[in-house]
Amino acid sequence: MRFQPTEDQLALRAGVRGLLERRFGRDALRAAVDSGGLDRRLWRELGEAGFFALRLPEAEGGVGLGLPEAVLAFEEAGRALLPGPLVATHLAAGTVPGAATGETVVTAVHGGLVTWLDGADVVRGDAAGAVPLRSVDPLTPLHRAAVAGAPDPLFMLLTAAEQLGTAGRAGELAVRYARTREQFGRPIGAFQAVQRLCAESLVRVEVARAAVYAAAVTADPVDMAAARLLADEAAVRGARDCLQVHGGMGFTWEADVHLCLKRAWVRAQCGGSVTESEELLAGDLLGEPA
Amino acid sequence: MDLAHTPEEDEFRARLREWLAKALPSLPPKPSPDDWPGRRAYDLGWQRMLYDAGYADVHWDASPTTRLIFLEETEKAGAPYVGANFVGLLHAGPTIAAEGTAGQRARWLPPILRGDEVWCQGFSEPDAGSDLASLRTRARKDGDHYVVSGSKIWTSHAEVADWCELLVRTDGDAPRHRGITWLAMPMDAPGVTVRPLRTLAGSTEFAEVFLDEVRVPVANRVGEENDGWRVTMVTLSFERGTAFVGEVVACRRVLGEVAREARANGRWDDPAVRRRLGRLNAEFRALWRLTQWNVSEAEASGGMPGVGGSVFKLRYSRARQELYDAAAEVLGAASLDLDRRWVLDRLSSLSYTIAAGTSEIQRNIVAERILGLPKGR
Ligand SMILES: Cc1cc2nc3c(=O)[nH]c(=O)nc-3n(C[C@H](O)[C@H](O)[C@H](O)COP(=O)(O)OP(=O)(O)OC[C@H]3O[C@@H](n4cnc5c(N)ncnc54)[C@H](O)[C@@H]3O)c2cc1C
Repeated sequence: MRFQPTEDQLALRAGVRGLLERRFGRDALRAAVDSGGLDRRLWRELGEAGFFALRLPEAEGGVGLGLPEAVLAFEEAGRALLPGPLVATHLAAGTVPGAATGETVVTAVHGGLVTWLDGADVVRGDAAGAVPLRSVDPLTPLHRAAVAGAPDPLFMLLTAAEQLGTAGRAGELAVRYARTREQFGRPIGAFQAVQRLCAESLVRVEVARAAVYAAAVTADPVDMAAARLLADEAAVRGARDCLQVHGGMGFTWEADVHLCLKRAWVRAQCGGSVTESEELLAGDLLGEPA
Repeated sequence: MDLAHTPEEDEFRARLREWLAKALPSLPPKPSPDDWPGRRAYDLGWQRMLYDAGYADVHWDASPTTRLIFLEETEKAGAPYVGANFVGLLHAGPTIAAEGTAGQRARWLPPILRGDEVWCQGFSEPDAGSDLASLRTRARKDGDHYVVSGSKIWTSHAEVADWCELLVRTDGDAPRHRGITWLAMPMDAPGVTVRPLRTLAGSTEFAEVFLDEVRVPVANRVGEENDGWRVTMVTLSFERGTAFVGEVVACRRVLGEVAREARANGRWDDPAVRRRLGRLNAEFRALWRLTQWNVSEAEASGGMPGVGGSVFKLRYSRARQELYDAAAEVLGAASLDLDRRWVLDRLSSLSYTIAAGTSEIQRNIVAERILGLPKGR
């Protein structure tokens, strides 16, 4: 049993992280918040790097890798808070022309919501009569769709991987701030109440990581539903606790914390109904087929 | 990243399964929880069966993955828990194996494996719990003996133990962590008095141990004099690293039983109950994955459990309590009846956020040792 990522998988993750640090570092993130549009050039670069074609067979021009690799890549996208309908485009590779190379931006209806409806070239699912919302997340334009859209376990899992990445970023932001911010003549990270927030964040991330990676290995829908619940929790609570650690600074537009929290909220809704995930997991306890 | 097993591991699992199917029916009936001598005999009888079948040293010598398979299969088959042999098998044994001399290993390890001798853990004292390094039980040297006086508390299985892994202060002037020594103390030595303590579950799981001028041979010291703290850290990493693995499997089984009970008594029709149980399913699946992750990491890094045990213990101890709280919701008024199943388990689950280091202390460890935050106050 080698549950740890392999050398190749670590290299892939480092590659994605490097690309995103160069192309979508903190300054780019803040610039995107101000400009609000989708960066088509970055989208194509991601396509060239194989981000969308990762799981497409080599015979079809893809990279020929599997779900575990995809999960590692999406975790990095989540860490970078990379905006756009990444999961929908990835899942459309091989079906929608241009999706694999990043020429075509594909979005989809999930959980009664559509992200980036105006920015996308192709919409999967029924978005007829979708109504724009004033989105809580400055980096995710949202429409409300009339129909919920069928739940898709793969969409759920890759979204969970993004949540995991964002949860990790929030935890790291909190720890970094706790080490440097001083009050009462010492770093606030020396206070147990602050340590507690940071420690609980890490525990949630590690539990979610085990669940998300395992679901990628087994590709079992019940595992995917479990991964989703834990990753949502890690991202949403992690961002909240990070905000708390930042004090007043956390409540400002300037700190990145709110971007983590808002994206986590959006993904938690788009991942499909939480109730359905819980019911699936409950049915599993009685041995009912997923 | 995979969860696949090697052919050897699969074969180990298949052989073990086959043996369990034959061995378990020959076990004597389970003694009542209050019958300590009976429990000792039962637990040691099981250890002896494992020994005869060649599985006794699986906790020490097998690879982490093989140990995981062992715990998974024995738990699934409903085999007895390590019970009275817990301290010997899971901490004293590994500590002696890692830190003891050849003679000490030869003296103490075989009886643990054969199920002949029971150990208990004499670390905590009335005034030294979380702050273990403040322990005050003294030992002064007198010829080739240490003479030990003081008292220990919360000592699990003390009533039926043959040996105690005892922490004593051998240098009162040294900095707190430096003056501590690890001794193997025979429980029948003159001057040892055991006073059982009743737990909130009504049973006597642990005891107070009074030590009045107890003579312990210097030869029973594991590690150097005044180096006991380091030896203890070895013990504790075993305790947190591997002790709870089998129990996650048990919790997953109980959760399924709770769901079936809910369906039988109608509580399943309440969506809130279903959702709560569904969430717990996600929780225990994830904890099992985290277990596999930790085991796989231990295997990659040479077998020593690391601080990851604290991450696991924090979450597991809470989840276990939530599981039995959910069972209580399903049982309704019956959850107040001590004769109903899960009620005693619910009571005993209350100790998991305390024993082997409280959740607060585990959080301190995570914050300081994993996240590198400044030392807390
Ligand atoms: C069922 C059971 C079995 C046990 N078996 C054994 C055994 O076999 N051998 C043995 O040696 N011991 C055993 N113990 C003892 C156990 O290890 C201690 O109870 C535990 O370490 C806590 O110590 P304490 O009880 O003195 O609590 P205290 O240390 O007094 O703690 C009281 C409260 O204060 C909090 N606290 C203390 N210090 C800090 C801090 N620095 N930061 C934040 N919060 C803090 C604690 O978290 C807790 O909430 C057992 C305990 C139980 C419940």
